[in-house]
Amino acid sequence: MSVEESPVSLSDAPTRRLNMIEAINDALDIMLERDPNVVIMGEDVGYFGGVFRCTAGLQEKYGKARVFDTPISEGGIIGVAVGMGAYGLRPVPEIQFADYIYPGLDQLISEAARLRYRSAGEFVAPMTVRAPFGGGIFGGQTHSQSPEALFTHVAGLKTVVPSTPHDAKGLLIAAIEDNDPVIFFEPKRIYNGPFDGYYDRPAKTWDHHPGSEVPEGYYSLPLGKARLVREGSAMTVLAYGTMIRVAEAVLAEKGVDAEVIDLRTLVPIDIEAVEKSVEKTGKCLVIHEATRTSGFGAELVALVQERCFYHLEAPIERVTGFDTPYPHSLEWAYFPGPVRIGEAVDRLIAAG
Amino acid sequence: MAERPAGTGKPRGNLPPLELYVPEPRYRPGDPVDYSHLQIPEAGRQPRPDEACEPGETHPLCTDMIRVLDGEYRAVGPWDPRLDPETLRRMLRVMALTRAFDDRMYRAQRQGKTSFYMKCTGEEATSVASAFALADDDMVFPSYRQQGILISRGYPLVEMVNQIYSNRADKLKGRQLPIMYSARDFSFFSISGNLATQLPQAAGWAMASASKGDTRIAAGWVGEGASAEGDFHSALTFAAVYNAPVIFNLVNNQYAISSFSGFAGAERTTFAARAIGYGIAGLRVDGNDALAVHAAVQWAANRARSNMGPTLIEHFTYRAEAHSTSDDPSAYRSAHEREEWPLGDPVTRLKRHLIALGEWSREAHDEMDREVAEEVKAAAKEAEKSGILGHGLHHPFHTMFEDVFEELPWHLEEQAEQAIRERRIKWPDWDGR
Repeated sequence: MSVEESPVSLSDAPTRRLNMIEAINDALDIMLERDPNVVIMGEDVGYFGGVFRCTAGLQEKYGKARVFDTPISEGGIIGVAVGMGAYGLRPVPEIQFADYIYPGLDQLISEAARLRYRSAGEFVAPMTVRAPFGGGIFGGQTHSQSPEALFTHVAGLKTVVPSTPHDAKGLLIAAIEDNDPVIFFEPKRIYNGPFDGYYDRPAKTWDHHPGSEVPEGYYSLPLGKARLVREGSAMTVLAYGTMIRVAEAVLAEKGVDAEVIDLRTLVPIDIEAVEKSVEKTGKCLVIHEATRTSGFGAELVALVQERCFYHLEAPIERVTGFDTPYPHSLEWAYFPGPVRIGEAVDRLIAAG
Repeated sequence: MAERPAGTGKPRGNLPPLELYVPEPRYRPGDPVDYSHLQIPEAGRQPRPDEACEPGETHPLCTDMIRVLDGEYRAVGPWDPRLDPETLRRMLRVMALTRAFDDRMYRAQRQGKTSFYMKCTGEEATSVASAFALADDDMVFPSYRQQGILISRGYPLVEMVNQIYSNRADKLKGRQLPIMYSARDFSFFSISGNLATQLPQAAGWAMASASKGDTRIAAGWVGEGASAEGDFHSALTFAAVYNAPVIFNLVNNQYAISSFSGFAGAERTTFAARAIGYGIAGLRVDGNDALAVHAAVQWAANRARSNMGPTLIEHFTYRAEAHSTSDDPSAYRSAHEREEWPLGDPVTRLKRHLIALGEWSREAHDEMDREVAEEVKAAAKEAEKSGILGHGLHHPFHTMFEDVFEELPWHLEEQAEQAIRERRIKWPDWDGR
């Protein structure tokens, strides 16, 4: 069984309705409690609790040595986390926005990602780098980016993107327990509620979405396992993060019986889940919010083409953001919303 | 022609045009060398502040130079670490062993036994005397020219040669460029090869040690050239902010490959003076004076261990040989620089100090040189039994795909199968290793 069929079947614990911020906070709380080597650091994460409130109350509960503010120095944050990992700690640094992560890239790519390899296992960098990513919040070109493909390209890094509060908690716990460095991108557009892609309709909270039923206490969702969001036969939709709910909404409006797979982990990807679904449906639509050229969608298209070509009944469709910086006033023109996805769905339906 | 941007409209009159300044070293190949511009203070004259002093008390030392050995090779002044003769002899031996090791590995590279080597000739004191001043379990985050630390800590020479030859006994499985050692059991962090990345890591390790109430401190090494990297700034910032128990050793050997220290800012101030801006302790030390290096590192270690925070130490020294086996310094600097270097040679100075003490002799030194050469030779021969680079005795083939992650994911499994298939096509009789 390579996909989790029901998000709530994994734990028998009673559930609470949490938004994604609360679910992340809960995961961090649980891991700080369970493992004395877990430390949280980042800009404004201490007393204040983070600009998105993901670390609210944790410093008060666990003290300043476990949860603390840092200088505005992403290279320093990641570099210090590598050293802490070498000591035996399990750091969970927060990068305030994914857009700010670039000064830390050398420490991630040249150091954290390769430390196990270059030292033949003598030293490891078991860190989870959390960063809110993605647009749709009027963040302009420096608070909206989706740089996941920069990390999936690096040997030695795992990249994880949750799409519901339930998954955010279970995946974050798994990431923190993982002994390899994990980049954990949090789609900030859906921190407070699922987003169906219609920016001109009222925002929703997580209150009525089954993905906000979050079991109490400890549970983890394995990295490298996709979630079958919706079974269907017309086509396979591969997506993650914000785009899961957007895709679901478009398909529902169009009445298309598509199979939607939430990849959850981009590296290592759940290739079995992808193959099984595409072999069944014969059509594939890949969606992400990031820019198009050399995006993770290109990797997905290549994988599906290599492995499922003789099952395909139509060219694989790829819906992405445009190859521009994320514009402030025209962010909805950039965002791969219902119209762009709808066109691709129509083409796939018409084909074959 | 591009249009001028709109400006304030203020007239520039007859102001001279701006000029870009690009530093130029004093001497190029063939030039005579004159070091009279270097301020080399008299040994023994530098005050030694209390280890628990305010950082500012050390700041005059950032533009001075701590020196212990005087012109007669006597140890003088408050920085004399007062090491017993046995310790001095051990330190001398490790420095001589390091030099002998370098000489043999340099020749091995020239003989084609490996791809690359880096000597630390002339800089032995900056690593060996530092290691002697630290506890053996203090965590070091070296750059690439600190082999003297590993040798000081008794790491087997044969393991070093195995790594340099990337042979089947190499503990790093032949993955790293020669000399990029890693020795966790000897509290020696994996050498990166990317420069200055180890400094924020040292700060992080020190912060972790402090947060756990440990007693071990961290020490990092960086060249003056790489101190221009952003990681140097973030390391000193974090160390200052969290008062981390860490020592930053900046080895100013005057050169970053061919670029003289002016390209890292040496024409404006000393490297030790960087400490002043961060408000941490800073020391500048004669890096060719093993006693001064020992004293400075011991001072900083005691300070860090008593929760008084980080220290930046500039070790003023000279890279006596090429940057690496891939470099030819005769193409960019005067050969007279080494001959005229006013701080002499660290091994010779320590040797003459011991002789001046009546604790050593030329004969004993010559005998020691023969012994360390034999020791290195034996280690190299032993390592050669496990192979030299490119002669087939590498680690089993599949290890190439291991340790990318803790567990082998499906895509690496597939790629490993591909690599093995390629191998079988090329060598049908391949035994699978």
